[in-house]
Amino acid sequence: MEYLNILFSETYKILFLLLPVLVSVAMIVWLDRRIWAFVQKRKGPNVVGPFGLLQSLADALKYIFKEIIIPASSNKIIFILAPVVTMTLALVAWAVIPFSEDFVLADINVGILYIFAISSLSVYGIIMGGWASNSKYPFLGSIRSAAQMVSYEVSIGVIIINVLLCVGSLNLGDIVLAQEKIWFVVPLFPMFVIFFISALAETNRPPFDLPEAEAELVSGYQTEYSGMMYAMFWLGEYANILLMCALGSILFLGGWLSPLDIFPFTMVPDPLWLIIKILFLFVLFALVKAIVPRYRYDQLMRLGWKVFLPISLIWVVLTSGYLMYFDLLPKN
Amino acid sequence: MRISRFIKTVFMFDFLRGLIIAIKEVFKPKKTINYPFEKGKISPRFRGEHALRRYPNGEERCIACKLCEAVCPAQAITIESSEREDGSRKTTRYDIDMLKCIYCGLCEESCPVDAIVQGPNFEFATETREELYYTKEKLLENGDRWESVLAANIKADNPHR
Repeated sequence: MEYLNILFSETYKILFLLLPVLVSVAMIVWLDRRIWAFVQKRKGPNVVGPFGLLQSLADALKYIFKEIIIPASSNKIIFILAPVVTMTLALVAWAVIPFSEDFVLADINVGILYIFAISSLSVYGIIMGGWASNSKYPFLGSIRSAAQMVSYEVSIGVIIINVLLCVGSLNLGDIVLAQEKIWFVVPLFPMFVIFFISALAETNRPPFDLPEAEAELVSGYQTEYSGMMYAMFWLGEYANILLMCALGSILFLGGWLSPLDIFPFTMVPDPLWLIIKILFLFVLFALVKAIVPRYRYDQLMRLGWKVFLPISLIWVVLTSGYLMYFDLLPKN
Repeated sequence: MRISRFIKTVFMFDFLRGLIIAIKEVFKPKKTINYPFEKGKISPRFRGEHALRRYPNGEERCIACKLCEAVCPAQAITIESSEREDGSRKTTRYDIDMLKCIYCGLCEESCPVDAIVQGPNFEFATETREELYYTKEKLLENGDRWESVLAANIKADNPHR
């Protein structure tokens, strides 16, 4: 009986987190298309529902009713597993995101490591999809994607070390609370910029959308997918983008903290601040998508290994040196 | 030169300028229209759905000269004709296969009496192929429906011929 109780209460909590995330993923797809259209002086999706808000739901319905085609020469089990893995991993990582001081599903002390591990795993979804399709373009796309995600994960890891040096804890809640005096975006601004760009690469967004590259690779690893399986890739991708935005706002923009601790700002509930910051970062993502051309593969690798990695490593030395010299290291 | 370029790259000046331009563009008026609800302007010469016109007294214009049938590069037009009781030559059959038609406008161009014309309507998609084999009745009906627009279009285009 007790086990059942725990099971039900936990399921309830998980649903309470997952449903808003899924709904916001649908909304964020609409926002993305809309911003993209506006920058290009188009109207974008505006027919289904008010301002076209329900466009994603209509698309989802369309995907559900479409036939799922499984290529004859594919490895069927892995082929079907790939989108499932992608979407599950993208959603699972949300467990440790703190929306306020006590509004967090799993308040674990290695939160940042957990997110890092999950986002590293998410490359497997893409590799599995590309390999199991048994086709040239998906395979090329997944190879590119693997190389790209691994390279940028390294620099993201080093950037996170910078933040951890200033916090002294791996708990995401503690990271936010450490920014009560000043958001890390101010002292660590270059790291924020590099984190943002690496996040673009990590989530395969333009200008780093080489794995998809619809013009040359006909959407890369997604080429052979159709119907609901394609939609799951898509959902996972956008859930990952939202996750990266959330991570950026927690690490650098002070998570659920209000920018000023005075009256009108303190009225706003904590989770709303986090959502506003996530939205701000996402709008930046969408604008960047609209204005930049795609990187070439060698440029991408050069940027990752020869620019971002050295800069963030140097910054780690600078940060730790500064903290040591002024005796500011966090003590437990 | 290289140093200024380096500084530009590091501080991402070009990127920021692009971002500012993008944000400005967001607030500019849109160039596209809400298609099914509002439609773009169409030139009088627009070559859309075909129609057979009548004279104001209700008599068919077509005299079955078969010039359109002869000129049609896609051979989409089929005409059969016979003499009517009053001695005038009229079509008994005037079919256009809209699936073959390439909308070149040569039929309209060749017609000596402005009988076959291409109207402004371009929204005549159907669910079956059979519905797109237009018969004489269908074409005459089109002509009756669009007559005011067709006459205006021919008048507007006339000075340029």
